[in-house]
Amino acid sequence: MAKITLSQLRHSYFDQPRGPEDYALKQIDLDWHDGGAYALLGPSGCGKSTLLNIISGLRTPSEGRILFDDQDVTHLPPDQRNIAQVFQFPVIYDTMSVYDNLAFPLRNRGVPAAQIDKRVHEIAQMLEVEEMLNLRAAGLSPDNKQKISMGRGLVRDDVNVVMFDEPLTVIDPHLKWKLRSKLKELHQRVRATMIYVTHDQTEALTFADQVVVMQDGEIVQIGTPVDLFERPAHTFVGHFIGSPGMNVLPCEVKEGGAFIAGQQVALEGEIVGGKQGQTQIGIRPEYVSLGSDGLPATVKKVADVGRHYVVDAMMGEQKVSAIIKQDVPEPGQAVHLQFKPEQTRLYRDSWLATAAREASAS
Amino acid sequence: MKTENQKAWFFVLPVLILVAFNALIPMMTVVNYSVQETFGDNLFFWEGLTWFENLLRSERFHAALGRQFLFTFLILIIEVPLGIAIAMSMPRKGIWVPFCLVIMALPMLIPWNVVGAMWNIFTLPDIGLMGYFLNHVLGISYDMTQNVFAAWVTIIIMDVWHWTSLVVLLSYAGLVSIPEAYYQAAKIDGASNFAVFRFIQLPKMKNVLTIAILLRFIDSFNIYTEPFVLTGGGPGNSTTLLSIDLVKIALGQFDLGPAAAMSLIYFAITLLVSWLFYTLMTKDDVRS
Repeated sequence: MAKITLSQLRHSYFDQPRGPEDYALKQIDLDWHDGGAYALLGPSGCGKSTLLNIISGLRTPSEGRILFDDQDVTHLPPDQRNIAQVFQFPVIYDTMSVYDNLAFPLRNRGVPAAQIDKRVHEIAQMLEVEEMLNLRAAGLSPDNKQKISMGRGLVRDDVNVVMFDEPLTVIDPHLKWKLRSKLKELHQRVRATMIYVTHDQTEALTFADQVVVMQDGEIVQIGTPVDLFERPAHTFVGHFIGSPGMNVLPCEVKEGGAFIAGQQVALEGEIVGGKQGQTQIGIRPEYVSLGSDGLPATVKKVADVGRHYVVDAMMGEQKVSAIIKQDVPEPGQAVHLQFKPEQTRLYRDSWLATAAREASAS
Repeated sequence: MKTENQKAWFFVLPVLILVAFNALIPMMTVVNYSVQETFGDNLFFWEGLTWFENLLRSERFHAALGRQFLFTFLILIIEVPLGIAIAMSMPRKGIWVPFCLVIMALPMLIPWNVVGAMWNIFTLPDIGLMGYFLNHVLGISYDMTQNVFAAWVTIIIMDVWHWTSLVVLLSYAGLVSIPEAYYQAAKIDGASNFAVFRFIQLPKMKNVLTIAILLRFIDSFNIYTEPFVLTGGGPGNSTTLLSIDLVKIALGQFDLGPAAAMSLIYFAITLLVSWLFYTLMTKDDVRS
């Protein structure tokens, strides 16, 4: 168990990176606390797997350092870092039995047989695979294979961190949920630091205490699932998380207020930061309502998603989504949109540019 | 209720006809010869199983069969490990991949009799590059037309040169299909290089290796052209493999009956050993 510190980490797949666009990871500074459950969330190609491989030692960063409990491990190979990694596709040793698979990492480290036996049974019990121990691993179903590859990570009691690289990709939907709660349960029992990489917001938000959102090789926000949903620090976080994502509407800023199509829109707090840059208003569909006054728009589409309706309305060329529970409008109908002021935020060059309200900060 | 429809047989018919013409009918003529004696003029006399009995008791056949098994055993035991080793040391990506693949494929593209002729000239003690070098530069007496050991070494090396590539290419195909994650997981699990080979690479190569070994067994067990051109079965009978002996009986002595009986036994042995190989190598899969 250890605290993991990433210090001024940069990585490029080019030998001679010419500019920031050549970097897969641009300047990462991050602390992962001991025993935390973290998720690394971002779209494909945002650098999250690169970051994971750098932490596990499969890749050496171009610049910067990685510290495990203040000890520099930047150039240590994976087997000396005491980490465990679970891959997207279950990696199991086909010719071995489940027991031998679980015992493999310990045997490679010369652990006495009696101790191996004890550990393997403990882990098998935890993963509920005890009755499979003597089966050949090749014949298992994908979810059990993934459990075994997880078990190979957990079987060592000295693991600093367990990393999951989109581990549920090949699992059937109805088993995903089960395996995910198993993971959560394991985290509570083992208390190892866990890092879970995914592009699926549901997986990230349900697993992690802290979610790190990445885009284009940069960390855009770190926070609890509630933080990310309630107060996205970047418009990317806003529309990446949530279904549908946050509405991002171009606006004009004058006299300390924000205007859309000439109408002033109330914001959560004072506008902060400079004056330059493109400004946008961010408002989640959950906080958009239809009323008798407000911004005029035309309903384009109404979708019944079960628990509520998603209304897509056009404000000129601009689409605005709203989540409505009742009084559903017809497509083509003229409506007025109202934004809940304490959830309406201004973004300048995509970054949050309003001060939080005292009341909503609690 | 299951509906039965006998029309499906019509779909099998084309294959049946094809197999009949390219295998069954020619083979039945061989069966026909194997139980008769002829002195020409298209006159045949019934002999029953005489040829089979004679052959199975014949020391000449035993010797040729023994040489054949020795040859096949030697080339398999060299080519399979060598092929795997070469495949493992080939680059998996980069600009050298196509280069290596072409180099590897080249020997297989050369016609059998050309290979025989090439090696024949190559090993001539007076003018061949290898023959001259061994005899006149290194001072090692080497003449495969005189020395049994030299002849055997030469046909083995020739076959290794010609066919190891097949094992290489098939093993390579198995190797490149292994996802990177397996190697990464093995690194994290602290596996040694040998463990990676034993538990990841070898199991993943197993299917293609089964095919490689089967093909190499069948081809080497039926080999004719290359040793025939190279040594002509000599010196003496020392490199007269089964097929060379068969041709001697069938065309040299024109003993059609005994040759036909030998063909059938030869075929049966090839089939039996192939089946044994296949069953042994795929035994594990059936169990799981």
